[in-house]
Amino acid sequence: MIQLEGIRKTFKVAKRSAGLRQALKALFVREYSQVNALEGISFSIREGEIVGYIGPNGAGKSTTIKIMSGILLPDGGTCSILGYTPWEERVAYVRNIGVVFGQRTQLWWDVPVLDSFELLKDIYLIPPGEYRSNLALLTETLGIGDLLQTPVRQLSLGQRMRCEIAASLLHGPRILFLDEPTIGLDAVSKLAVRQFVKTINREKGVTVILTTHDMSDIEALADRILLIGKGRLLYDGKLEELRGRFESLPMDDIIVRLYREFRL
Amino acid sequence: MRAYWSAGKLRFVGGLQYRSAAFAGMATQFFWGFMYIMIFVAFYSHSSRAGTPSMTLGELISYIWLQQAFLAFIALWFRDNEIFQLITSGNIAYELCRPCGLYEYWYVKLLATRLSSALLRCFPIVLVAAFLPEPYRIGPPPSAASLFLFMASLFIGLLVLVAISMFIYISVFWTMSPVGSLLIFGVLGEFMAGLVIPIPFMPGWLQNIVYALPFRWTADFPFRVYSGHIPAGEALRGLGIQAAWLFALVLIGKRIMTKALRNVVIQGG
Repeated sequence: MIQLEGIRKTFKVAKRSAGLRQALKALFVREYSQVNALEGISFSIREGEIVGYIGPNGAGKSTTIKIMSGILLPDGGTCSILGYTPWEERVAYVRNIGVVFGQRTQLWWDVPVLDSFELLKDIYLIPPGEYRSNLALLTETLGIGDLLQTPVRQLSLGQRMRCEIAASLLHGPRILFLDEPTIGLDAVSKLAVRQFVKTINREKGVTVILTTHDMSDIEALADRILLIGKGRLLYDGKLEELRGRFESLPMDDIIVRLYREFRL
Repeated sequence: MRAYWSAGKLRFVGGLQYRSAAFAGMATQFFWGFMYIMIFVAFYSHSSRAGTPSMTLGELISYIWLQQAFLAFIALWFRDNEIFQLITSGNIAYELCRPCGLYEYWYVKLLATRLSSALLRCFPIVLVAAFLPEPYRIGPPPSAASLFLFMASLFIGLLVLVAISMFIYISVFWTMSPVGSLLIFGVLGEFMAGLVIPIPFMPGWLQNIVYALPFRWTADFPFRVYSGHIPAGEALRGLGIQAAWLFALVLIGKRIMTKALRNVVIQGG
């Protein structure tokens, strides 16, 4: 269903040291450095899987998600999702996916949540019947029934995140990308989000790819993890297997061990 | 299509809420209108001996009041900060996950904002200006044909203006700050559109430059059609040129936008 083959992405970053002299110098000579965000990532994901995509800050998790959702053009490699190349056929492709960027908001700030949902309904051309049933399911499982009339700016982070997730699933996508959906959430909201991801995966068969720094998210949700660091895929496999290798170490320690092992 | 329609409607309805902004805006526009007219009345009373001005005072006064009434249709500094923020903060990531063309989507949003803003202001300003004492009064157009052609040219002019303003937004993909583009487009574009000095008063060499650029088709052209300074036959031909500019600007804008999106860096993690 999802197939990535040798995906590479390099960013050019302007660089200079602090200070006035360096700032003046940078007026004439710009120094750039190449940051290799992804150096040949390959993996494939089957329909109905929940995959945890983990790695340290700057490992390339978000970059991969952006490439897979068609908003970033890789420098090399191929990617085929549901038969589409995301960045080539963006408009046709994105109807089939839902994306949540935990650090951004897609809801319109000044209007009630429901207004944003209605606009999304029109943008995705969701048939009225399907919209109603999706909305009912989402409001119930995410517990956002009371929030729909509230302007987004008055929601707490946890409430807003639940609404964001609902917004990404209104059009009934087959794949859901969650980029740090639990960042900054309290225990109650986190549990609600996890419970929901499980439900939607079991009942609607939605394939979920999730990045997070919270290992308990992974433990609760993912049966398969992809570990990346410095733009390379370090581990792809069952969570239990990784557990077995490191006996009873807590997940966070396993990650630190792996980083050391791969000299990251 | 429905996606664009709904996005536009949300914007349009949202824009209509800003009543106090509309009142404040109208007060400002009357101030500017009176000021310009006073300056030109003085100018006319002293220049009549040197040679006849290329517009009658009546034509000029309708030019000025229409400028004030339809400011939201013609001002390039009239901006949508939300789009700038989308680009610089990286929230554009979400816009790109939608099954719509980004150019069309933004175009519709910008168009709706300008429409709602102008709708609140244009009728009161024109109405009041029609009952002012001479010489401040705006006269009716000389014929029904002029009125009709004015409305058509104003609307296509608006479409041209939004197409021009799209370049300001697209440029932010490279510059990451809207200040420079806004200043350049704002100052040069508005001068070339005849918003500072009516184009018939410009020296011949400058007129030749201005006529070769798209800016005048957004303001100068429809306002002179209204007063009959541009006769009906010539106006009809002008509509064709406006449409050609619109087509060209949208085509180039979409090309550059596609290029920008290929190189886009989504800011932030």
